[in-house]
Amino acid sequence: MNASVVTPIGAPVRRKEDHRFITGKGRYTDDLSRPGQAHAYFLRSPYAHARIRAIDTSAAIDMPGVVAVLTGKDLAQDGLGGLICGWMIHSKDGSPMNAGAHPALALDTVRYVGDHVAVIIAETLNAAKDAAAAVVVDYEILPAVADLAQAQAEGGPVIHDVAPRNTVFEWELGDKAGTEAAFARAAHVTAIDIVNNRLAPNPMEPRAAIGDYDAGDDAFTLWTTSQNPHVARLVLSAFVGLAPENKLRVIAPDVGGGFGSKIFIYAEETVCAWASKRVGRPVKWTCERGEAFLCDAHGRDHITRGELALDGEGRILGFRVKTTANMGAYLSTFSSCVPTYLYATLLSGQYAIPAIYCEVDAVYTNTAPVDAYRGAGRPEATFLVERIIDKAARELGMDPAEMRRRNFVTAFPHQTPVIMCYDAGDYGASLDKALALADYTGFPARKAEAERRGRLRGIGLSAYIEACGIAPSAAVGSLGAGVGLWESAEVRVNPTGNVEVLTGSHSHGQGHETTFAQLVSARLGIPIDQVSVVHGDTDKVQFGMGTYGSRSGAVGMSAIVKALDKVEAKAKKIAAHVLEASEGDIEFKDGRFTVAGTDRGLAFAEVALNAYVAHKFPTSEIEPGLKEGAFYDPSNFTFPAGCHVCELEVDPETGVTQIVNWVAVDDFGTVINPMIVEGQVHGGIAQGVGQALMERVAYDNDGQLVTGSYMDYQMPRAEDLPSFTLGLTETRCPSNPLGMKGCGEAGAIAAPPAVINALTDALGTQDISMPATPAKLWAVAQARVTRRAAE
Amino acid sequence: MYAFDYQRPSFSQDAVSMMRSLEEPKLLAGGQTLLPTLKQRLAQPGTLVDLSRIPDLSGISVAGDVLRIGAMTRHAEVATSDLVHAHSPALAELAGMIGDPAVRNRGTIGGSLANNDPSADYPAAALALGATLVTDRRRLAASDFFRGLFETALEEDELILAVEFPKSGPAAYRKFRNPASRYAMAGVFVVRGADGVRVAVTGVGQEGVFRWKEAEAALTARFAPDALEGIALDPHTAMSDLHGDGAYRAQLTKVMARRAVEAIGG
Repeated sequence: MNASVVTPIGAPVRRKEDHRFITGKGRYTDDLSRPGQAHAYFLRSPYAHARIRAIDTSAAIDMPGVVAVLTGKDLAQDGLGGLICGWMIHSKDGSPMNAGAHPALALDTVRYVGDHVAVIIAETLNAAKDAAAAVVVDYEILPAVADLAQAQAEGGPVIHDVAPRNTVFEWELGDKAGTEAAFARAAHVTAIDIVNNRLAPNPMEPRAAIGDYDAGDDAFTLWTTSQNPHVARLVLSAFVGLAPENKLRVIAPDVGGGFGSKIFIYAEETVCAWASKRVGRPVKWTCERGEAFLCDAHGRDHITRGELALDGEGRILGFRVKTTANMGAYLSTFSSCVPTYLYATLLSGQYAIPAIYCEVDAVYTNTAPVDAYRGAGRPEATFLVERIIDKAARELGMDPAEMRRRNFVTAFPHQTPVIMCYDAGDYGASLDKALALADYTGFPARKAEAERRGRLRGIGLSAYIEACGIAPSAAVGSLGAGVGLWESAEVRVNPTGNVEVLTGSHSHGQGHETTFAQLVSARLGIPIDQVSVVHGDTDKVQFGMGTYGSRSGAVGMSAIVKALDKVEAKAKKIAAHVLEASEGDIEFKDGRFTVAGTDRGLAFAEVALNAYVAHKFPTSEIEPGLKEGAFYDPSNFTFPAGCHVCELEVDPETGVTQIVNWVAVDDFGTVINPMIVEGQVHGGIAQGVGQALMERVAYDNDGQLVTGSYMDYQMPRAEDLPSFTLGLTETRCPSNPLGMKGCGEAGAIAAPPAVINALTDALGTQDISMPATPAKLWAVAQARVTRRAAE
Repeated sequence: MYAFDYQRPSFSQDAVSMMRSLEEPKLLAGGQTLLPTLKQRLAQPGTLVDLSRIPDLSGISVAGDVLRIGAMTRHAEVATSDLVHAHSPALAELAGMIGDPAVRNRGTIGGSLANNDPSADYPAAALALGATLVTDRRRLAASDFFRGLFETALEEDELILAVEFPKSGPAAYRKFRNPASRYAMAGVFVVRGADGVRVAVTGVGQEGVFRWKEAEAALTARFAPDALEGIALDPHTAMSDLHGDGAYRAQLTKVMARRAVEAIGG
């Protein structure tokens, strides 16, 4: 669709920002340079756990081109605080979580390989690296624990003194007694043990930062790869103590992907900003890919035992879950809410489950911090729910589709036993449509045909649900969040009738410059190229909570709608005066304000001009100008849901999996731009397939990272994926004005259980863990041959 | 990377003399292994001697039955060469399976063979096809050239000028790629020659590329896919890592060998 037209909601408008990106005109943090800038390199711990006896920087400081070598002592001297975790979780016994200190540069202990020991600032990056080799660190190596399963062992290494047995919290949710009672009357119990593999986020653009202190204004500017620059400013100001908010500008320019990993406030940008004042020059740092594997917050990493209580007809009576979650060596910015309120609250899945009880132990290990990664808690919940219901169906001899149908929530609103109140959905509709698109009933014939070719074919379902539109501020506040999760918007109409929309959301691949502009174009009846979206700069946008958790449509665009309501209301007042009509008679449609029942009217741009020249209305009653802001706080989460079907074949000779068909039927509520939504679904499925078949961060027993590059960390490639068949069902979200639910994480949440369920179907065993690599599946196929021979 | 000096000679004899006269010199061919190593500061040469502008090191020719490929010939040139396709189609196919387009447009046959990465593709072809490596001072049979992981018979200052491949019987290369790196996890080059079958294996051996003699004997006796049924590579001789243990690599070797035999046809 052409850019110079009015773009209705639901139109597949091409992304406005793509011309800039495709022609190399994007402006990422690393593309920027400040006059006189110096380069930072971080000396990192080579050990997973060690005491720092001494750091001798004297030789390094004398190296050519070195500006400064700074350590944690220098940070402490300047009175800067450590990094924080912004969500307080309480253990079952009521005690607050055991959060160890997290200095941006280590003080006396390093706790994972890659932990920050010192920063070397020099004229060039190469000079900084040369000098880093001359910093002498006297380490006392301590015993380390990298394996989640060993972290709570009595007598093992203690990573933070405040956390005995490395336990951050022992949390619970749900009704323990009610769940026990459900198990007591169960006709069948299905149990499953799951490892949710640890993932590296791998955005295409690595993190980067430039700190620039202006001595004239005594103010800092920080360019950084952030999904939420205002939150970064708030944390750096209020907790780290870098500068008051009015003296700290944070700019997140073009950002090349985040997947959660750029939500958090890390050591490097904190140090770059601080050091720029210390050395009197702008300080720039760009993460190398190897550093990203070491230090970007990882995702997932759970060990879980789940048990499902069923009656004689396959109806779920109760669900009991015990999870151990790896937090890494420090609590990252939002880490504590991921395995708790973003996880256990989704354990009801799409099903009416009368009783649920979940315990989560969060533990420290000598590994990189773990925090939100695309889906954040909800993929872990969905994997558990969709695996155990599939296993239960097979144990009961039921069709997995029928097993799901029998347990679906069908009446709304539905209050689950784990906080969430599902507001709208039609799970049967998405299942039916997915099964039809996948030709589910034709599968046995396809399986038989594959077997004649020596291939093991399987089909797997995933009926996922997620909680998005994060989140009602009072609700998250009651659960321990340190912030509210509303969003802001400002609509600035210029005198010539074009519009700037300022949003507290941040686009780093989601296409907001198009989708948000499309909404404004449709509402105001002006061509989309007359709408610009402004984001990512704390000096331009007053405040905002950023983009993650599929919130920018449901929350960010709702704020824009609120601001547009105000713009329209004021414009109507102005139009009434100009047209000498009563305000109640003014109608606004297709970009024109008209007096009802007449042909008298004004184009939107004419009203805008009148607003600014202010000749034709009383400025004592109506202020000049046309600019309105709004803050929108959602009244509920949103609940995107759907059904994915994966069909695949395994080559038993090599263990290679080929996905031969993928059907995704999603209910995202109202869809503004289906082209962008499809892109989000495609990318999400690819990441989910990556988790299921390929990706895994591995540490050895000494806490050394084994998968530190693409030589060993496998990412999904285009050739690993089929052409997806996508379908939509639609139930409007009742809690926001547009009826939107969010689509950014659905694929990554839905895909892993669909793949593993298909593999269990193909190989005839439930004993398949992620990532299901060729070597692993070959061994499973071998065991299958042996098993069949024995039978 | 660390700072280093840089030379770009125009003649191969100049490159050799630089290797003798300079402090800690290192030859730079396509750089597909060396440059990442330098970037990670895992090597610190005194001078890089760049071979890319020595005209007589590049090019493909056929004289009689012998295919001659200059040491600095890029993988992409080998993969698309009519001469190579006519003389040794399996070699062209192998070159087209190395890395990705960027690697194939920079990497060279001489650089790959001199590096002797245990997961590289060219060593399997050189060994199976009975190639001869022509250096500035001698001719080395491939069977004498490879000496273990990243080890070759080359002297410190010795330069490969070209690789010569004799005309062979029908051949095929089948590779199972490492899922992450795309290097060979098991690459098997099978040649059905007049004097018997040769089977060279890369990506598997703990000592690098090797000939699988048991498979050669079985296929020489009867060239058919099922001739490999009863034999197996000893898993304890195969590499084991995050991506697969010795048993898995032994299995892949057998499957790739069989698929190469199928490709040649009985």
